[in-house]
Order: sequence, then structure tokens, then C-alpha cells
Amino acid sequence: MSKLAGKTVLIIEDEPNIIEAISFILSRDGSTVHTHSNGQTAIEAVAERAPDLIVLDVMLPGRSGYDILKDLRNAEATAQTPVLMLTARGQMKDREMALEYGANKFMTKPFSNADVLEAVRELATS
Amino acid sequence: MSNSLNFLAVVSIGYIALLFFVAFMAERAALSGHARWLRSPLVYTLSLSVYCTAWTFYGAVGFAARSGLEYLTIYIGPTLIMVGWWWALRRMVRVARSQRITSVADLISSRFGKSNTLAVMITLMAVAGTTPYIALQLQSVTLSFGAFANADPSATPSELGDNNATAFWVAMALALFTVLFGTRNLDANERHHGVVMAIALEAVVKLFALLSVGIFVVWGLAGGVGEMVTRIEASEISTWQVVPSRWIGLIFLSAAAFLTLPRMFQVLVVEIEDERYLRFASWAFPLYLLLMSLFVVPIAVIGLERLPAGTNPDLFVLSLPLMNGQPSLAILSFLGGFSSATSMVIVASIALSTMVSNHIVMPIWLRLTGTGANVSGDVRHVVLLSRRFSILGVLLLGYVYYRISGGGAALAAIGLVSFAGVAQFLPALLGGLFWRGATRSGAIAGLSVGFIIWLWCLFLPSFGPDEVISTQVLANGPWGISLLRPQALFGIDGLDPVVHAVFWSIGLNTLAFIVTSLFSFPSPLERLQGAQIVDVFDHTSSGQRWRGGVAQSEDLMIMAQRILGANEAQGLFQRAAEAQGIEGFLPEPTPDFLNQLERELSGSVGAATAHAMVGQIVGGAAVSVDDLIAVADEAAQIMEYSSQLEAKSEELARTARKLSEVNEKLTQLSVQKDAFLSQISHELRTPMTSIRAFSEILRDEGGISGEEQSKMSAIIHSESVRLTRLLDDLLDLSVLENGQVNMNIETGSLVAVLDHAIAAAGRPEKLRILRKRERENIPLKTDLDRLSQVFINLIANAQKYCDAEVPELRIDVSKSRSNLQIDFVDNGKGIPRAAQALVFEKFSRLEGQKESGAGLGLAICREVIGRIGGTISYVPGQGGAAFRVTLPIALTRV
Repeated sequence: MSKLAGKTVLIIEDEPNIIEAISFILSRDGSTVHTHSNGQTAIEAVAERAPDLIVLDVMLPGRSGYDILKDLRNAEATAQTPVLMLTARGQMKDREMALEYGANKFMTKPFSNADVLEAVRELATS
Repeated sequence: MSNSLNFLAVVSIGYIALLFFVAFMAERAALSGHARWLRSPLVYTLSLSVYCTAWTFYGAVGFAARSGLEYLTIYIGPTLIMVGWWWALRRMVRVARSQRITSVADLISSRFGKSNTLAVMITLMAVAGTTPYIALQLQSVTLSFGAFANADPSATPSELGDNNATAFWVAMALALFTVLFGTRNLDANERHHGVVMAIALEAVVKLFALLSVGIFVVWGLAGGVGEMVTRIEASEISTWQVVPSRWIGLIFLSAAAFLTLPRMFQVLVVEIEDERYLRFASWAFPLYLLLMSLFVVPIAVIGLERLPAGTNPDLFVLSLPLMNGQPSLAILSFLGGFSSATSMVIVASIALSTMVSNHIVMPIWLRLTGTGANVSGDVRHVVLLSRRFSILGVLLLGYVYYRISGGGAALAAIGLVSFAGVAQFLPALLGGLFWRGATRSGAIAGLSVGFIIWLWCLFLPSFGPDEVISTQVLANGPWGISLLRPQALFGIDGLDPVVHAVFWSIGLNTLAFIVTSLFSFPSPLERLQGAQIVDVFDHTSSGQRWRGGVAQSEDLMIMAQRILGANEAQGLFQRAAEAQGIEGFLPEPTPDFLNQLERELSGSVGAATAHAMVGQIVGGAAVSVDDLIAVADEAAQIMEYSSQLEAKSEELARTARKLSEVNEKLTQLSVQKDAFLSQISHELRTPMTSIRAFSEILRDEGGISGEEQSKMSAIIHSESVRLTRLLDDLLDLSVLENGQVNMNIETGSLVAVLDHAIAAAGRPEKLRILRKRERENIPLKTDLDRLSQVFINLIANAQKYCDAEVPELRIDVSKSRSNLQIDFVDNGKGIPRAAQALVFEKFSRLEGQKESGAGLGLAICREVIGRIGGTISYVPGQGGAAFRVTLPIALTRV
């Protein structure tokens, strides 16, 4: 059942416990998981790891997830990289903004592990 | 009744009917607008003939028979006015137009500040002066009836004695005519087309009648001009000596009366359609008078010669044709006299009724009913009604006077008495028209003095000796004071009674008028009216003439009063006059003063307007004072209005500002609320995410090592604690912010509170806490638990965030006269400058911290310290993070 085998995922998130939880779920499904917790250096991290998929938090220290997403979409290398956005702010306009900036999926914390896994699988293999 | 008297009555009635018809047609033509022919210089000139009453028609011959050529004075006076002074008349007309003047009383009272006292005085005097004159007209009609009766052998004595009835019915018929055509409507101009037309017709009739009689006398009786001249030379008339004082006195009197008689004012000034008519009348009316006087002497001479001794010379005009077998001519002559009488009575009663109604009846009625000055439809009815009753009253008064006086005195005497009475208006009238300095008090004083002297010296004695004034008083003066003898006032004896009375009454009247005017200060309204009336021609060519320095200052003063208000303007002018060393209110218009005035005015009307206004008055530019005052009036109104608007718009701006402030606050609150909810959501969801994720892993995934399991459980636990703490803090903050917190005041000491806080913050593992306990020994009386909570928070922050190698927290306590200060200073990096301002806000957290709280701790601290009565602040520049708690010294007084 290792559907994510061979896939590299980069988790950009600042809350250590949440990083640990998502890492646990995704690595169990076979992916290689990298994590990064600073917004300002997120773009460099993406360039360095060249992940197949990015899990991106909105409220990051240093830089907002939306700004990072915009930069990713504007760069040729990452324009097509699937992005799953996570946010603890569950308002309608957050979802709209995320999709407008080019997120492929949007999920509100707290999430169910199964949903996250399914979303990542879908994005990583499409 | 005899045939001739019957016939005469029929003729009279027929003639009056003709007058009704003419007046009616004229009114109708005027209404339908085909009235151009109605109003012409000729009709105007003919209407002036109301001057020639029955006294002139019959009386002039009598006058000539008694006093020779002296009768001419009565014609010379008006001629002088018309020829030499018509421009003065034009001024009266112009003033009357611009001020909507309806009578001589109205003109004088308007000029002197619309004083009703003056109007009432003049009205009463006019009534007193005119009533005998109306009686005189009634008498002339009855006398002429009598002349026919005397000449008619069939007349019975009882019919001769029935004069009173004749007079009564004539009076009533004239009242009816005057009411019908004098008060048809309330024209703002007070013009009466029908009446004027009828008067013009009567003017023609009387001239024609007199000329006819004259021609009959000269060519029919005397036998030609040459013969006539020799007879005149032979008669006693040619031997009459000219008495200069009497001539001058009478010419003056008739000229004065021509201007001041109410009926003359009515036709001259009120009824005039166009002031250019005056130019025509200035030569045409003297011509009319000349024709009227042409045959007076021949008729008198032949009358004296031919008629039996004792025949009344006042009736020669009638008696000569009658006695010489010319009944038709006699009837014509009768109609001439009748015309003279009726035209005078009609116009005089219109003029008097206007005065009585406007100045006596209406003010009383308005006061009684409290209607105020609103002219509504109802009031118009009242005005018309009061006019009609006034007309009736005036005529009845004339009739009563006729009955009482018994018709005894010579006609000419009554005429002169009347003239002298109304001549008393002259000083006030002319002074008012030409002299700015004339005042109301002056007019009242002059009129009173003149009227009293007239009454005493002329009117009362005119009833004859022992009628009103006894022979005793006439000879020796009242109470034996000879200086007050009616016909020899102040011991001036030997003058003709009329000349004597005119001299003293007009002389003292004028003196009192001038002196009182000089010594009284006019009210602002008087000054204004005075300026408008005296300067009525100001915007014509004559403008500059009377603009000396003082007149200019007066203009400036009037204008300034309008703009600055009376008191301020007078004060300003008086100070300026004082500064110039001049007594009174009027400074010289020096450049300095003008500049000062301009500055003052510009404060009210703006610099440009003020400059223009002052410039126009000083420069005598082609703008009248009137115009300027209107401008000033407008400006004052506009200013008031605009200042109201300004106040309103200021108020609106204030309200708008308030609204936008409130709106901004609301928006801010709304933004804050959104941000707060978003923050809370984030703060709650974050630990819940971890809890849910790990609990799902523990539930769903197999093959997790025990070590991993306990690690995950620990995370779940710590995140649960974090959630709980967050909820506690939120609730605490909410309670504090809403002010629902109960303070639990206790007594203790600072050192104990700090000990407790340090202990409660948990064992200071790495953090060293530096204290000077001896300085902390300060008593406290406050909510010690809450204070302790703040200290715990500050210590915990230092534990969490101090990033020094060897973290230290120094607690310094200091006391001033008003405050107790407790500083918490650590040795870390401190808080960046940009974040210092926000550190006490909810959910404010510094970036890049290992340990993250919800960001509520310092917000709670601020609320708690605020409740206690102190402040908490971040102190920059202390090396590390430095917080200072300041408490009022009162809390240390246990």
C-alpha cells in the first residue's frame, strides 16, 4: 500500500507537533519527507529539495504561505508542483485566496489523517 | 315755492347729476385703460383750480369792492410759486412718489421719522383750518340761493329763512358724491380719476361763468373798455391806498397756503400722474388765475355803481345779471359759484378724510383690535369704511360750523383765517424738504407755537367780538395782560389783524422750529428719512451742491449705522470727532478717519465693499445715499444669513467628522473583531490538530513502538494543557476587559508577593533571579493575587524568552513620592523596537521564538495593572527585555 513510494514531499510548517504528525503519516506511505519551518527561506528549501509535492501552512513565521505559493507559481521549475495548503483559519475567504493563488488543494486544521493522505496521494500521482 | 327757486334747485340737481356722470365715465374709461386723454397737463392744470373756491369766485369781487386791488394778492402768491418755484413743487412731488405720500400730514410725519404724533397734530390743525372754509362754501351756496330769492318778488320770507336746509342738502349731496368717487377703491397712489375729471369740468364752468359775467358787465353795462377804464378811475376803488405790509403779508399767506392747503396738496402732489405736468402748469395755471381775476375790478366797480347801497358786494357776480334782466347769465353765474364751492368741498373732504382715517381712525382701530399692521382684505374694508365716515364727518363738521357761526362774517375774512391756519405747516414742510438738520421735536415745537398763536390771534377773534373772546380781552388782553392782546401781541399795535397774526404765528413758528431742531438730536429713522427726502434729487445733476464736509460725514454716519448698528457707529464717530477736537457726533472726513471707518466697515461687509461704499460717498459718485443704504441693508441681511449658513455648515462638518470618527472606530472594531476571531481560531485549531492527528495515529495505525506511543501521548497531553491554558487566558481577559472582575483587596507586602510569584512560576531552572529583598519590604494594600499573577507572567516570559547564555532576571524596586516602581529586566536580546509598541496587544508574539504562547499574557497583565490603578510599560534601552510596573503610592499606605 505504499502509494507514495519514491515521491518526495516537502512540509512547510512551523508547529513542530503538526510536522511530526504529517511526516509520520506520509512517510508511512512510502514518501520521502522533508520539513522546513521558516517562511522566509521556504523558496530556497523548495529549490534545494525539488519535491514532488508541497504541504504548505498559511501562517508561517517570516512570510505568509500565500506569498510563498505565488512565488512558486511564478517560477518555471515549480509552476506545476502540486501544493496542498493547510490553515488553522477556516474562513471562506482563506479557501478562496488559496485556490486563487494556485493551491491544488486546501484543508482546514484540524484535519483527519485519512483525508490528508488521500489528498497527497491524489496530487502526487496525478 | 317760487318758480325761479324751483328752477334753480332743478339746475343744481341737474348739474350735480352731470358731475356724477362725468366722474362715472372717467372712472370707467380709466378702468378700461382708455384713459390717456383723462390725464394730461391740461386736466392737471384745471384740477389745480380748486384753489379758486367760492371765495375767489364771489369773494374776490367783494374783496375788491372793500379793499381795492388787494384781492390780487390772493392770485399773486400761487403765481409766484408756480412760475418761480415750480422746481420746489417738483421736489415735493418726487418725495411724495418715492415715499408713497398720501397727504401733507403724511409727508411731514414721514420726513420726521414717521412720527404719528406729528401726523395727528397736522390732521387736527388741517381739520380746524378747513372746517370754516367748508362752512364758507356751504354759505356761499345758500347766499346765492338767497340772492335769487331777493331778486324774486314771489319769494316768501319763510323760503328765505330756509337757508339751513339748502346748506344741509348741498352738504349731503357732496358727501354722497365724494364717498362714491373719492373712496371707490384703495389705490396705493390715492388717485381719483373721476373726481379729477369732474373738478376739471367745474374749472371750465367757473371760468366760463366769470368771463361771461365780466364781458356782460364791460360791454353790456359799462359800454366798452374805454368807458370801463374811466369808470374805474372815477370809482372809489382807485383811491384805495396800497398798504405794503398787508400786500406782502397777503402774498406770503396765499403762497404759503397754496403749498400747505390739504386740498391743494391733494391735487398738486397726490393726484399728479407725471411730474412733467408741472412744467405745463407753471405757466398755464397762472394764466387761468389771470383770466379769473381779469374782470373782478370791473364787476366790483359797476356793482358799487349800479346796485342799491347795502347790497352784499360778495354777491355782485350774481346780482348784476339778476338786476339787469339776464336770468340765464345769472344761472350761469350761479353754476360758476356752485362749481367753485363744490369742487373745493369735494377735494378738501377727500384730503381731510384721508388724513383723519390714516392718522387717527386707523391707528385707534388697529390698537383696539390688536390687528397690527397687516393689511389684509378685512382691513381694506375697514379703511374704506373709515374714509367714508371721515368724509361724512368732515362735511357735517362744516355744516355744524356754518350753523354755529351763523354765516355772519365776510367770506374773505374766513378765507384768510383758513389760509393762516394751514400756513403753519410751512416751516415744517419746507424745513423738512430742504434742511437735513430739521428734527421732529423742532417740527412739533414750531407747529404748536404757530397753531396756538393762530388760534388766539386770528381764529377765535374771527367769530366776532364777544362771541368767543370778549371785547374786554380784545382791548386789554387776558387777565389784563396787555402784552397778550390777541390783535396786538407783545405790544405791536396798529397792524392789520391778519398780517399781525401771520407775522407772529409764522415768525415764532419758524423760530421755535429752527431753535428746537438745533438743540435736539434726531433719531436714526429721522436721519434716514431726512437724508432720503432732502437728497431726493441726489442722483441727478444737483448732487454735489449741498455736500459740504458735514453733509458728507452725515452720509457716512447713516451708512455706518446701517452696517455697524446705531450705537457702535455713533460711538465710532464721536470718538473720531473727539480725536479731531470737534464737539458732537460728526468728525471731519479726513483721510485718517476715512481709513479707520473703512477698516471698521470692512469687518462687517468685506474690504472691497467697504472701500466702494466709502469711496462712493466721499467721491460723490453717481450713487445716491439711498442706493448705498439699500446695499448696506442687503449686505447686512446676507451677512446674517451667511453667518447662519456658516454656523450650520460648521455644525454639519462637525457632525460629519464625528460620524466618520465613529465609523472608523466601528470599522476598526470590526477589523479587530475579525482578526481576534481569526487568531482564536488559529490558536485553538493548532493544538487540536496535533491532538487529533496523533490520536488518530494511535487509534488507526498498528506497529507503533511503545516508546513512540508514549511520546505521542505526551504530545497529546501537552497540547491539551496548552488548549486549556488558552481557554483560561481568554476567559480571564474577557472578564478583565468587560470590567466584571471582583477585586479582592488584601494587605500584605511586596516582598511576600514577589516570593510567591517566583515560587509559582516554577523552579527557576536556568534563570537566575537577582533581587534586593531589603528594598522590597514595602507594605501593599491591593488585590495581591492579581498582582502576583502579573509578576508570574513577567517571570515566566523571562524564563521562556531570555536567550542569554546565562539567563538572568533582575527585579528592581524603587519608590518616588507618587509611585512605586517594580522593574523586571533580563539580560537577553530584548524586544525589537518595532514590536515594542505591540507587545501588550492580544496575540502579539515575537517571531522566531522557540516557545510560543498564545500571546495573551502581557495583554492580561496590562488589564490587571490597569484595574489595580497602575500602569505597565516596556522600558527600552535596558540591555534586555525590561518591563516596569508602576503602582500609585497610595497602595503602599496600609
